[in-house]
Amino acid sequence: MHDLLTVSDSGLYCPAGDFHIDPWRPVPRAVITHAHSDHARSGCGRYLCWTTGKLVLRERIGNRPIDVLRRGESVSMNGVKVSMAPAGHILGSAQVRLEHGGITWVVTGDYKLQADPTCEPFEPLRCDVLVTESTFGLPIYRWGDPAAVAESINEWWRENRDQGRTSVLFAYSLGKAQRLASVLDPAIGPIYAHGAVMRLVKAYRDSGIRLPSIDQCTRETRKAGDGRAMVIAPPSAAGGRWLRTFGDARAAMASGWMAIRGVRRRRGFDRGFVLSDHADFPGLLTAIQASGARRVLVTHGSAAALARLLCERGLEASVLQTRFTGETVEAETSEDVEAETSDEERGEESGGDPGDAAGDAEPVEVA
Amino acid sequence: MRRFTELCRRLDATTRTNEKVAAVRHYFSEAPAEDAAVALALLSGDRQRRLVTTTELREWAAEAAGIPPWLLEECYATVGDLAETLALVLPDPAAEEDSDGPPAATAGEDGLASIVRDTLHAMKGLDAAERKRIVVETWRKLGREERFLWHKMLTGGFRMGVARTLVARALSELAGVDPATMAHRLMGLSSPSAEDFTSLMAAEGAATDRLRPYPFFLASPVEGGPESLGDVGEWQAEWKWDGMRAQLIAREASVAVWTRGEELATDAFPEIVEAAAALRERIGIDCALDGELLVVGERGLLDFQALSKRIGRKRLTKKLLADLPVVFVAYDILELGGEDLRRLPLSERRRRLEEIVPERFDPRRRAAADGRLFLSPVVDAASWEQLAAVRAESRSRGVEGLMLKRRQSHYGFGRTRGDWWKWKVEPLEIDAVLLYAQAGHGRRATLHTDYTLGVWSDGRLVPVAKAYSGLSDAELVEVDRIIRRTTLEKHGPVRVVEPTLVFEIAFEAVARSTRHKAGLAVRFPRIKRWRRDKLPADAGSLADLAGLLRRPDDTAAVCSMVHQRAQT
Repeated sequence: MHDLLTVSDSGLYCPAGDFHIDPWRPVPRAVITHAHSDHARSGCGRYLCWTTGKLVLRERIGNRPIDVLRRGESVSMNGVKVSMAPAGHILGSAQVRLEHGGITWVVTGDYKLQADPTCEPFEPLRCDVLVTESTFGLPIYRWGDPAAVAESINEWWRENRDQGRTSVLFAYSLGKAQRLASVLDPAIGPIYAHGAVMRLVKAYRDSGIRLPSIDQCTRETRKAGDGRAMVIAPPSAAGGRWLRTFGDARAAMASGWMAIRGVRRRRGFDRGFVLSDHADFPGLLTAIQASGARRVLVTHGSAAALARLLCERGLEASVLQTRFTGETVEAETSEDVEAETSDEERGEESGGDPGDAAGDAEPVEVA
Repeated sequence: MRRFTELCRRLDATTRTNEKVAAVRHYFSEAPAEDAAVALALLSGDRQRRLVTTTELREWAAEAAGIPPWLLEECYATVGDLAETLALVLPDPAAEEDSDGPPAATAGEDGLASIVRDTLHAMKGLDAAERKRIVVETWRKLGREERFLWHKMLTGGFRMGVARTLVARALSELAGVDPATMAHRLMGLSSPSAEDFTSLMAAEGAATDRLRPYPFFLASPVEGGPESLGDVGEWQAEWKWDGMRAQLIAREASVAVWTRGEELATDAFPEIVEAAAALRERIGIDCALDGELLVVGERGLLDFQALSKRIGRKRLTKKLLADLPVVFVAYDILELGGEDLRRLPLSERRRRLEEIVPERFDPRRRAAADGRLFLSPVVDAASWEQLAAVRAESRSRGVEGLMLKRRQSHYGFGRTRGDWWKWKVEPLEIDAVLLYAQAGHGRRATLHTDYTLGVWSDGRLVPVAKAYSGLSDAELVEVDRIIRRTTLEKHGPVRVVEPTLVFEIAFEAVARSTRHKAGLAVRFPRIKRWRRDKLPADAGSLADLAGLLRRPDDTAAVCSMVHQRAQT
């Protein structure tokens, strides 16, 4: 019996159905778990995604045909039944279920079990073979209550405002930024965002997600919000000239990697908030157990360690080599930055060049 | 402990000195003296004796967390800090609270001093089972951040990134005394008591412990040439010795030898103590000298390694004392007959020093037989060019270069630029190839920044140096990425990489070594730059390295060794 999924030069491939999941090169047919750039490359012939993720994916890949699946729907691709269910990672993120010859595979894509007001919650799917991510697959990663993290972010913002300082919060521009925006308390002050974040804020709003009032950060708004504002920006803008234009500002980063003190200190942010869109270690184990899978293939992250642990616990587990870049703390982010930095943001108007810092942006949670 | 945890959180949350000083000041203004004394010891980085082994801690933590030991090691390799790793993997106290156990995280309410007394000192002399009971119980009582700090205390490696001068500044502000006074009061203060802390905060002019060392005045490296320092006549040049900086305090009642790390090293150097007592006897008044401890062997000066052997030994045998005789070479005097001389100009201090220690040190004479205390000679030169020529002889003389001290300078404290400079000889260099890499610690956690580098020998690359520093942050990230991409094998945390990266490494000296596979050891290697323009084939060889040995006969020996290896 051949595996329903293999890894080809272009990505996760289903030979029976002749399609790819999250291909890293252009292919004729791509099933997309979510719109982060290492999972959703442009240039494929036809895309299939979860219904709520269409507008965000459109923002990423441009004008190509996108089909969607809704709850209870499935599509047959050369006899392989494909269906999807929410993964709780970002808006429109989904797991992919493949059924063929009486065997069920599930590809989780990136996922989290925590509550997130900006996306549908993770739904466990039963399967024979589970392909799971393992970005935070070590027991050092155990997230606290997201509501408490939100409260401490607002608290930090309030303190900065009281001292007349602008708060700059670095976060991945798709997903994390909007999730953060949704929990900020607009009563504290005005909220601004980097252009890269703004385009996705629009896509979120168009998809029906409620977010507080956010303005693009420009020279004018910067003046207006001076000393009171919260600015949300991609990590690539940190360390560059862009940040210095805020004068007396405090910078923080929201990421799962902030759980490690050394990473926090290396980046030199004033604060690190531990908030991730990935499952923590207990979350991964919970999801794996809930799937009922006897066989587990582990991708990017602490794949080797997690696979070994699962084997010791009696599962048939192994590492599946992929090119998803969520893998490391220092994941390459320059590509994402280019994809996400709008032209006007690069220009003189906003007085900055986030691109120049792309090379040293490291502990970013690329999903 | 809550108050101390809050202090550490504030220190961690900022890179700004003023904010750190404010946080420290705030803590000490509120903490009871007994807690303050403990906090001071911790912040000062006082080395505590380890009460449990890290092996035991790892074992117990893995058990408590319900994970296999290998997974804990994976975690440690990622986090790069054991205290933090343990704190991160242990289950939250709230999660394991049960009806008959004590309420979770209560110890946070206890004072720092009582925690140290009840959980750390209480472990002394207990067997492993008893110690485990205390450790596991304490875990149940502490929150995650408190556990992290407690582990730091437990493993004796408490470092919070607070410079001592910063603590001194905060305390001097609080006590309303001069920072120099506070720095002096803090010197050599180890395991302070509540009373010590109270007297530390006393007003200016209070008596301090008379055997305590004065804060060392430190030199900065000369950048570029020394010509920018002006007229050579305003400067006193001395050899920069390759020994251990030390302060010798000779009082009527007793003698103390303090190292630059503020370790009391009196017991390690009985011959110096004897000589200092004799000096005190001869001049009839107390004095405090600043100078260098050096080992003088049969063939002249021995390098720093020899000195570490003396320091490292618990028991000094007669043989060791005979094989590695130590001298103290004085270059400054800080106190004489109860008078603090530090505000006098160097020229005046020098005059007084020469009066009490007249004999000049000459490493080429086997001096150990007739004396232990010497005067560090002044290197005379009429011009910078002449000095440069003398400096060029440094390596063959076994010194690190020259010290340049302004004749008018006071004896300051800390590293205040302007009056004292070190003009070290240029380092030796070789191009080496990256062979193994390991993730760093602290700030460099998760980044592969600890490199093992090799040079060619008989068609193979042999490791010769470990280097941890020298690249920019951006380069570190880039190299990390290449390391991940070119990993051939993983042995625990160590990655064997495909040899593709060439680095120019700088080092102070090469010595023969039986402990290293290459037969050579380099002293203080660091990366000078990344040679992107070079291929591994362009890197240096073991023979090149052997050619840099200080003594020609060593070079010959290693070369023949290398040659033999090539033949076998």
